[in-house]
Amino acid sequence: MTVIDLYRVPANHVHDQGKIINNFSFKIATRNGTGSQTSNNTILRALFRMGIPINGKNLFPSNIYGLPTWYHIRVSKDGYMGHRNESEVVVAYNFDSFAKDVASVPAGGVLIYPMDDPDSNKKKWDVITTSREDIYIYRLPVDQLVGRLDPAPAQAVKEYIANMVYVGAVAYLFNIDMMQIEAALGYHFEGKQKLIDQNYGLVKIAYEWCEQNLEKVDPYMCQAMEHTYGPNAALMDGNAAAALGAVFGGMQFTAWYPITPSSSVAEELQAFSAKYRHTEDGKATYAILQAEDELAAIGMIVGAGWAGARSMTATSGPGISLMAEFAGLAYFAEVPIVVWDIQRMGPSTGLPTRTSQGDVMFAHYLSHGDTRHICLLPANMEECFKFGWQAFDYAEQFQTPVFVLSDLDLGMNLHVTNKFEYPTTHMQRGKVLTAADLEDIKGNWGRFRDVDNDGVAYRTLPGTDHPRAAYFARGTGHNANGKYSEDPVDWEENLQRLHRKMETARQQLPAPIIQQVEGATTAIVTYGSNEYAVFETLDMLAAQGVQADYLRMMALPAHLDVAEFIKSYDHVYVVENNFDGQMANILCMDFPEIAAKIRKVARCNGLPLDAQWISNTILSMEGK
Amino acid sequence: MGRTKTNAIGLERGDYSYNDSTLCPGCGHNSISNQIMAVAFEESLDQHHIIKMSGIGCSSKSPAYFLGRSHAFNSVHGRMPSVTTGAVMANHTLHALAVSGDGDTGNIGFGQFKHLMRRNLPMVYIVENNGVYGLTKGQFSATADKGQKTKYAGHNPFSPIDLCLEALIGGATFIARSFSGDAKQVRTLLKLAMSHRGTALIDIISPCVTFNDRDDSTKSYHWGKTHRDILNEIGFVQTFDEIAVEYDEGEVQPVQMHDGTWITLKKLTADHDPTNKESAFRVLNEAHSTQQIVTGLIYINTDQPTVVDIENMTDEPLVHLPESRLRPSQAMLEDAMSSLFAAN
Ligand SMILES: Cc1ncc(C[n+]2csc(CCOP(=O)(O)OP(=O)(O)O)c2C)c(N)n1
Ligand code: SF4
Ligand SMILES: [Mg+2]
Repeated sequence: MTVIDLYRVPANHVHDQGKIINNFSFKIATRNGTGSQTSNNTILRALFRMGIPINGKNLFPSNIYGLPTWYHIRVSKDGYMGHRNESEVVVAYNFDSFAKDVASVPAGGVLIYPMDDPDSNKKKWDVITTSREDIYIYRLPVDQLVGRLDPAPAQAVKEYIANMVYVGAVAYLFNIDMMQIEAALGYHFEGKQKLIDQNYGLVKIAYEWCEQNLEKVDPYMCQAMEHTYGPNAALMDGNAAAALGAVFGGMQFTAWYPITPSSSVAEELQAFSAKYRHTEDGKATYAILQAEDELAAIGMIVGAGWAGARSMTATSGPGISLMAEFAGLAYFAEVPIVVWDIQRMGPSTGLPTRTSQGDVMFAHYLSHGDTRHICLLPANMEECFKFGWQAFDYAEQFQTPVFVLSDLDLGMNLHVTNKFEYPTTHMQRGKVLTAADLEDIKGNWGRFRDVDNDGVAYRTLPGTDHPRAAYFARGTGHNANGKYSEDPVDWEENLQRLHRKMETARQQLPAPIIQQVEGATTAIVTYGSNEYAVFETLDMLAAQGVQADYLRMMALPAHLDVAEFIKSYDHVYVVENNFDGQMANILCMDFPEIAAKIRKVARCNGLPLDAQWISNTILSMEGK
Repeated sequence: MGRTKTNAIGLERGDYSYNDSTLCPGCGHNSISNQIMAVAFEESLDQHHIIKMSGIGCSSKSPAYFLGRSHAFNSVHGRMPSVTTGAVMANHTLHALAVSGDGDTGNIGFGQFKHLMRRNLPMVYIVENNGVYGLTKGQFSATADKGQKTKYAGHNPFSPIDLCLEALIGGATFIARSFSGDAKQVRTLLKLAMSHRGTALIDIISPCVTFNDRDDSTKSYHWGKTHRDILNEIGFVQTFDEIAVEYDEGEVQPVQMHDGTWITLKKLTADHDPTNKESAFRVLNEAHSTQQIVTGLIYINTDQPTVVDIENMTDEPLVHLPESRLRPSQAMLEDAMSSLFAAN
């Protein structure tokens, strides 16, 4: 048994090994609730400021304190922002997951872990590492370094602040700019000098200790890059982007019920609205209510949407399940509402803190009877913002629920984004008749008459001062004038009109994004957050001699361009983060003539899709 | 033929009607619809600013039988309170007049009912309480008495929920009970409820002639006529002076409503003070042991802020705000962006 001192090199280490610069991943293993997110974000932000393309993924448990949690940071000189499963550098701070973390380090990779008194403890960790003679190991005297902080931190925050030791060590070992570390802490602690000094103080102590006691022996390095990001790049999470978008979309009413991973949509809405949506005398131009459950949340927004307000809620799978009946009512009574679904793993409670795209099918057809909903599919921060305001336009234009299908990865992880573009169009409030309009048409009006032959009828709002303004909103059968009807002809005509409305929407919703290359023999069709990984997959495939075109769907019902695109290939791969290949199924149902061309590349294991897996799967289907 | 009578805004009684009722002849719900129309006409209510809200049930259908010039939303079973909450928050100048049933409120919608009381949304909430599910053919509802028998549903082994008591526990600010057979009291309580700022619950015993009108049912016409305990007589006056002139001190209790008008509450049977919560608990509990239907104003609290007050919205209803007041400026977007962690 080798005794590890402060560091150790692998048995087959060669001294002149080339450096691996800006092309590897970190994995930081800690215990949930110990404040490691501050340290992780600090590293992420500093790397971002160094101009290195990065992505950070928080793989956290459904727990408040104690269970293992991992944070992945990928640095990619080539600009690949998708998740990678393998991490060459592992910071293992949590004994509970230590054996697993040690085993996960690839040969030639790096392991960093605490070594501390008492001695028994020291042995406990070291014993696990003895078999790994093929990796680089650095050990950190965490407690001892925390002890050097002057003034000493309060006992209550010791565990939190101890995470700053690995920040200093990682900064030293992998060449992360200390100035940027300090800037990141300044941002996190909102300029509160005492907190910045204390945290940065420990980062520095750790950095200096490493400088004096460790020899940098592994090949992994970070190096500042220039011109990677535009002058407007920033870090943001999708839930905040969505909330900001909604605030600039003129959100008037929100009702919600807390659920991971969607709660921060409402919390950010609250914060942004408080800042930007009050009149000079302090009055709110909106209202946000925390409802008693998701049934009440959607009921409230249906009432508000009917009354003429831009209304929204944010939830996740279990909430969507509860909202089913109201979604059907809103579809049939033709009430504009916006529902953000930040998808997590189902069925049932599933894995509440893990990402998936498992609600696509359910949300699209939510409720009984022949019901279909518009779904918007944001893939990045800019689209979260844009759909944040645009969803209201679509809901009011088509007088129907609009679901925005984000996911945990998009919603809760920090992503690099360009600063958002101010809304380019005025609010589209749809077909609403005022008292003056009713006067003009001499009150000759029926709530569900298809005057323009686009399936979208005219509505009036409660409170309209005209004796012919009122109509009776209902989920029961009705004729074109909104009167109760059980007549089979009325029923069929109504469903046909609703179908017409969805067909109008199909072509007016955002068209897919298409990217074509010379000599492509196949194509990848995907949507949402998968894009980060799929971009990398396209390069991986090309390197293997498979040229593939690319299409990203933006909305459901699927634009006819999607069908046209698929038609022009022998076969295409529909890549998605669920088990059944739900989008592939929807495309097959909408466009049966192309069904035989669709090959499913679908996976759902709680992690964002990674390029390597997609690529391997496609290559094997290509017979390569 | 003589001239038809018109009210203060020039409308006739018929202008407050709507479709003919499709409920069973003799159903208690029909007489409540009639009283709603009568009050609306007498009070010259502006139908354009009333919204008629309901859930699902025979009772919930009834907004189709009155006030044809008001917008209505016949929503889903048990969830009328949430829909009304959204509509009123969006436009707080709307007057919500809601009709629900005992099943709609006391069974499937019980959670929303309780939470509505907590929020004190300004609205009139009528429960047409018949102890059964009329529309699904006579199953027991949560307000059916223990031991009650019906021809269709048999024998009810479970204790009833008293909606007034539940409202009181839930923090309601206006609680009244009536009997659909007492047209005058229903009208008076409707008028009073409409001038209350907050959720005004009126639990009206409204017999289902088809499924639950046996004489031994506490929700029957017979029981309503023979076991009614009228708590108070309500008078409407314009000023406090009128009270001073017309009534002896001690005999009546004056209460000022939110819109400034004064009402007089004349005690009848029990010694009950409707502004006192303890007293309200007491009369409701006593009525349980005696199987009496206590009617009249049971509880009123005119001081409690409503959810509309609490949310501190613009005086102008949210739905009237133009884009210029709803969409923050470009500079504000830049401000929001500048608070992000930027690349440089
Ligand atoms: C979700 C749902 N479950 C069940 C029903 C069937 N249903 C319709 S009305 C009703 C009961 C209504 O009872 P109540 O509210 O007392 O009204 P009443 O008919 O007695 O006036 C039920 C169970 C429904 N419409 N929706
Ligand atoms: S079934 Fe009962 S509640 Fe329904 S309409 Fe007939 S009498 Fe009224
Ligand atoms: Mg009933």
